[in-house]
Amino acid sequence: MSILEVNQVYKYFGGVKANEDISLTVEQGSIVGLIGPNGSGKTTLFNSIVGTHPIDKGSIKFDGREVSELPVPIVAKLGLLRTFQQTRIYGKLNCIENMLISNKSQEKGLLSVFSKIPPELTDKAETLLKFVGLYQKRKLRAGDLSFGQQKLLELAMALMNEPKMLLLDEPTAGINPTLINGIIDRLIKINKEFGITLLVIEHNMRVIMQLAQKIFCLAHGQMLAEGSPEQIKNDKRVIDAYLGAQ
Amino acid sequence: MKKNIILYSALLVFGLVAPFLFPAFKLQISFMWILVILALTWDVQGGQMGYNSFGNILFFGIGMYICAGVQIGMFFPLAEWTSSGGEKTFIHTPPQYFQGFFIGLILAGIVPAVVAATIGYGILGLRGHYFAICTLGLGIAAGEIAGGIELIGAGQGMTTPPWPKGIGDTELRSEFFYYLCFVLMVATFVFLRWAYQTRFGLVLNAIRDNEDKAEAMGIHTMRYKIIGWVVSAFFVGIAGGLMGNMVGYIEPTEIAFAGATYGVFMVLMAILGGKGTLWGPVIGAIIFHIFKEGFWIFFLGWQYVALGALIVIIVVFFPEGIMGWLREKYPEKFGEIIDEADRKAQVELK
Repeated sequence: MSILEVNQVYKYFGGVKANEDISLTVEQGSIVGLIGPNGSGKTTLFNSIVGTHPIDKGSIKFDGREVSELPVPIVAKLGLLRTFQQTRIYGKLNCIENMLISNKSQEKGLLSVFSKIPPELTDKAETLLKFVGLYQKRKLRAGDLSFGQQKLLELAMALMNEPKMLLLDEPTAGINPTLINGIIDRLIKINKEFGITLLVIEHNMRVIMQLAQKIFCLAHGQMLAEGSPEQIKNDKRVIDAYLGAQ
Repeated sequence: MKKNIILYSALLVFGLVAPFLFPAFKLQISFMWILVILALTWDVQGGQMGYNSFGNILFFGIGMYICAGVQIGMFFPLAEWTSSGGEKTFIHTPPQYFQGFFIGLILAGIVPAVVAATIGYGILGLRGHYFAICTLGLGIAAGEIAGGIELIGAGQGMTTPPWPKGIGDTELRSEFFYYLCFVLMVATFVFLRWAYQTRFGLVLNAIRDNEDKAEAMGIHTMRYKIIGWVVSAFFVGIAGGLMGNMVGYIEPTEIAFAGATYGVFMVLMAILGGKGTLWGPVIGAIIFHIFKEGFWIFFLGWQYVALGALIVIIVVFFPEGIMGWLREKYPEKFGEIIDEADRKAQVELK
């Protein structure tokens, strides 16, 4: 069963064709990669999917529901969450608070704005911070963490929200090689144990080949190729697009 | 925890006996509590939420006019009162005075809150400098508009009902207003202290640190921003209603919509004490008020120069305010610690 269906999506910024006729499907419970040279429209596609900006044409279905016209918070509440390439965390709050605020809110009526934060949430937050290895720094301001740690925190925050599907925008960019292995392990664990479907933008070929069961490759705003990691690795068009045609 | 209770009760007792300890400064301390309210409520936007609002003075002025208007309008024709000399013809009996004042104060909270919700819905979508400029315009426009409405005395302003004859002297009057100011200040503080511990406080901070992220995580930020402004407007409005009666005279641009004085003071006080903290605005307002009054006494003629110098010193040397400076100096006192025990445990495991 497919959890995400992107069907012939077009997105133009004035004369720039950021996405043209993009179609892709992601199966429930799978890990899917999205690669492509810089400026090929990967992040634009992410933005279109989660509703940051409206699309010009096409349809996006998440969990059987059309989401292409919904605003970001609504899409997030349906269980479709994204992380950012440049980490976005709440710099002046400590890690625990960052986690607490990320919990999926039961917003019912205006008074729920002043609802108490249940103490068991803190336990959940601490468990997840342990999972990403940030437990000992839980009381530090998130802004004081290193870039890599902030990425891990952002990942933990996404998990706190218990999404059905996560869109990860370059989860290993700017992280040192030893920590990258840790991230790969955790992403696989997230997929297997938490049952979260992953769609991952990644430039690091080693990472994406290890992680993904299926890969889509974009170039110049168009879908260039799709297939298993093996197929993609040997696809001449992909090699040309990445390394330049000979 | 126990230390907190002792501290809070000591402050509470001080506030309650202050008018008898310093009888000469009763009115001054009342003004100080009003300033604390202004700083606390400004900090909801400027500090906790990261939206620099220069428009909160709008609610102060609206509250002031609403309260006075209700006090008078309930019993006498308002237009005749505000046309010169009306306050001499119509005299409130004590029950009329207190009834009108009570209802006026309630409406002085509710009306600005409704205005905040309406305007907020329109302009809280603006961010950063754009929001600041827009709110600056609001305050100025309100002063000009109020100056053009004959019913509330236009540019001449209007008087509030004088203290009714036959119940006590001016001492009783200032004690009455002192305790109202003090109670309102405590109520504002207690409410905000509680609200900051709920989801509301966390979301405001999240909006300050990264609003896009908060939205991406499924938070309806607009709802929280509006409610935050409504809360501020409610308390500021009541403070305005009190202030108008304390001063006894409402003038559109100098007292009610006094953007250049109170409108700026509320920002400065919060920054001086440390914006985005609970105690910062309180400490800032008290220090600011003491300095300000000192300047008026000792540097008369140069008081605004001295005040300007103080502002420069604040911004240059305490950009994060007193609380922010303390936090930077003693982060561990504010709970910013690395769990060493856990770190050791991890190392030993390996």
